[in-house]
Amino acid sequence: MNAPVKIETTLKDWETDQEVRWCPGCGDYAILKAVQRTLPQLGCDPKNTVFISGIGCSSRFPYYMETYGFHTIHGRAPAVATGAKLANPDLDIWLVTGDGDGLSIGGNHMLHVLRRNVNMQIMLFNNEIYGLTKGQFSPTSRIGTRSPSTPVGSFDRPANPASFALGAGARFVGRGFDVSKNLPDVLKAAHAHKGAAFIEIFQNCIVYNKDVFEDFAAPKGAGDRQLWLEHGKPMLFGDPKTGLDKGIALDRDGLHLTVVDATEDSWQDAGVLVHDATNRVIAHMLVEMPFGSFPMALGVIYDDPRPTYESSVAEEREKSTAGKQANLAKLLGSGQTWTVDGTAADPV
Amino acid sequence: MATQAAHSPDSPQSPDAVVVRFAGDSGDGMQLTGGQFTLSTALAGNDLATFPDFPAEIRAPQGTLFGVSAFQINFGSREISTAGDAPDVLVAMNPAALKVNLSALKPGGLIIADTGEFTKRNLDKAKYETNPLEDGSLAKYKLLAFDISALTIEAVKEFGLGNKDALRSKNMWTLGLALWMFDRSREPIHDWLNHKFRNKPDIAKANIAALDAGHAYGETAELAGPLQQVHIPPNPTAPGLYRTITGAESVSLGLVAGAQLAELPMFFGGYPITPASAILHHLARLKEYGVTTFQAEDEIAAICAAIGASWAGSLGVTSSSGPGIALKGEAMGLAIMTELPLVIVNSQRGGPSTGLPTKTEQSDLYQAIYGRNGDAPMPVISARSPSDAFECAIEAVRIAVHYMTPVMLLTDGYIANAAEPWKVPDPASYEPFPVNFMTERRGEQLLPYKRNEKGARPWIKPGTPDLMHRIGGIEKHEETGNIDYSPDNHQAMTDARKAKIDNIAVPDQEVSVGQEGGSLAVVGWGSTYGPIHQAVNRSRAKGMDVSQIHVRNIWPLPANLGALLKSYDHVLVPEMNTGQFKTVLRDQYLVDAQPLTKTSGQPFQIAELEAEIAKFFDGIEGNEGGQVPTNDDQLPTRESGHDDGSSRRKSSH
Repeated sequence: MNAPVKIETTLKDWETDQEVRWCPGCGDYAILKAVQRTLPQLGCDPKNTVFISGIGCSSRFPYYMETYGFHTIHGRAPAVATGAKLANPDLDIWLVTGDGDGLSIGGNHMLHVLRRNVNMQIMLFNNEIYGLTKGQFSPTSRIGTRSPSTPVGSFDRPANPASFALGAGARFVGRGFDVSKNLPDVLKAAHAHKGAAFIEIFQNCIVYNKDVFEDFAAPKGAGDRQLWLEHGKPMLFGDPKTGLDKGIALDRDGLHLTVVDATEDSWQDAGVLVHDATNRVIAHMLVEMPFGSFPMALGVIYDDPRPTYESSVAEEREKSTAGKQANLAKLLGSGQTWTVDGTAADPV
Repeated sequence: MATQAAHSPDSPQSPDAVVVRFAGDSGDGMQLTGGQFTLSTALAGNDLATFPDFPAEIRAPQGTLFGVSAFQINFGSREISTAGDAPDVLVAMNPAALKVNLSALKPGGLIIADTGEFTKRNLDKAKYETNPLEDGSLAKYKLLAFDISALTIEAVKEFGLGNKDALRSKNMWTLGLALWMFDRSREPIHDWLNHKFRNKPDIAKANIAALDAGHAYGETAELAGPLQQVHIPPNPTAPGLYRTITGAESVSLGLVAGAQLAELPMFFGGYPITPASAILHHLARLKEYGVTTFQAEDEIAAICAAIGASWAGSLGVTSSSGPGIALKGEAMGLAIMTELPLVIVNSQRGGPSTGLPTKTEQSDLYQAIYGRNGDAPMPVISARSPSDAFECAIEAVRIAVHYMTPVMLLTDGYIANAAEPWKVPDPASYEPFPVNFMTERRGEQLLPYKRNEKGARPWIKPGTPDLMHRIGGIEKHEETGNIDYSPDNHQAMTDARKAKIDNIAVPDQEVSVGQEGGSLAVVGWGSTYGPIHQAVNRSRAKGMDVSQIHVRNIWPLPANLGALLKSYDHVLVPEMNTGQFKTVLRDQYLVDAQPLTKTSGQPFQIAELEAEIAKFFDGIEGNEGGQVPTNDDQLPTRESGHDDGSSRRKSSH
């Protein structure tokens, strides 16, 4: 991949002439604006930027971005994106998917794009429901979700997207939510990460699963319910107006996280962890913290790059073609051959 | 046999063609033996066709009936177009191999059997109550039974191998004998062994010793028994450079050639499946030709990655067999909807479901033509032989990039695995068809779906300045490509997609043997070409007015095909399915096409086609009963196969 040249753009340059067709009040609008605000700040070049999606509400996203876009089929966007990236590694790929598209019908592809570490940003809009098919429960729906297909409540155990991503071998896992002012920072970190960067974005489906994330996303009391992680900073949270008063520590005997009382002055004594984004074990614990007794872990949870898939493909190509030259005539006539002249075969 | 007389059964030492089948346990190396015998036969200048027939199990339990692996080769001094109906020689490495293959052997044929393997235990496994080599049950055949196992161990004794390792050379011993029988040079096999075992010189030497011992045994045995050396003179063929080629190799090379003619890098997405994997294996070694191979997580990802690569400006290719093609169905629709070039190779096998993974069938025709949701037209091309697959692959690439469409190339398990001599073509003799990507706007508004005179939309690579646009599987406006569900637009787009495929320029259908008009046309497609060709030629030599039509362009069909079919009184469609192409022809042309179907996992035999053809001629003199006895003396020469139709007679069928 060539060193990307920074391009001057404004938010307007990233908007298309297409009417946005999400439900009024949908969290997708906020995510769209966050992305359109972020790309100029990153100096991205619209012609090399591509948005690839599967099927679902989230997957309409490419139509609203003035870039190259591909609205593919249900669950398969990671595979299409992998082919596009291998064919042209200079493309800056954003994958847009949802909890159904990315973890149910496309769960297999999500696993493999992450373990292969194909360089792209993967935004999974998690609204814990099937929106476009009118409200059935999804693989991330909480137990007891009433939906047209589960009239007395769902009983499937939900999948945890960030935990799945880590399990699949992702080298970047971030979290944000639709209306969060911090979302652009997570997007920027994901973009800076070379490799598959997985971002779970909690998104409010106001029609079929309204306010399901209000318990941590509501502005009121947010400080107590959101743990925004920053590499090198202590894991403190609390109401900023009255001062941060709690932290996350590690119970070294039981090997689990715990919430402790701590302030910006006392956190060291209280054993509060300093966030190390390259610590995979702690990352697993952070994404698995049960909400309620713990805050919701948000921000850049894990970021520890490894060589990308497309760079390995290029390396392998170099290795396997070293000293070889393409010569089609020679290739066709390779193997054990013989020549016939006149009418009789003449073994060679 | 361009000019010489047909062989007489009285001179077995110089027949014009011989069929040999090597059969043994799947661990006995029969495919390797057959492959090397094929090579030596090709080097001797014979025309040939092969039929590898092996079990689906990797290592089936030793000695069992279902673990038998066989390799049949038909070679001769005349044109050979099938692997042969019935073997003249059966090499049986164990009782199971004899039991499974005996029924195919010609009466009076030669059995070569390894007595060392005809133990009580192996006879039990093969469900023989008595030893067939000793109980007289093989009286109608010639039998040459001796202890190949012991002779092999003796031959490699000096290399100090254990019995188990020594016996691994048994196939080379047998190959040595076969080389002697047909007066073949051992040198190429020596070279091959030395190369194959270049890091294990002792193993190479042991194998060579076994090969030579088998060869020497032939010379000795000739004096005593039924074994006689047979000389098959070379088949006069066009001058040039030749090699043997399998369908899988030929498809791979054709795709590489096609991509080069289109001046495109190639992206191949594949997922392992029998019998298609060989294409992935071949292409993985051709990176210097701009080929990227991607072993995907599943069949769906394989095609989707290929579509993504095509979108990004490469030639996307994917390949599979029926079950995998089924999984790719939705993605094919996406490629049709987004109008991106893509080549999909289907090496058909027996179905449904997992079916017969290692056997051959032509039962994916409906799937190829119709097997997608919505009105999703797609061109389909079928290769008739391993070497023809090269041309077909180039043609598939050409159609894909000219018309911005996925194209399906049909081969089958038989074509994929079988080898035949191939006159190596000169790549410079093919007209290049370089792709022109759209690089700037034509007019004020960007119209990514505005079609050219062929009905194709422009190909625009992401990364091109000022041409940003969005595509997808959802219905789109007929010019801008923006989402558009309006009734008129969907009607217009459905019509446009159909018209684009219908109007693909396809060469007019030719008559392979015979002439336009007459009593009977035998219409085939795919790998049935060889047996139909022979059967039609033989039937014509017997005076029947029958022609052969072999269709390569399955969709769209050649424009003249309807009129051509209607010029015959009868149309017979032999195919290895339950009558799929027959139904297509009836549907397209309202012709009374009659099916001749076979789904045993084995190719058609010439004799069964001849018998079926003869039923159309039961009114003609000498054939009142509808049956014409096979008489090899009436085998046509190659020239008489393309006669002017003077022997035409009216059928009263």
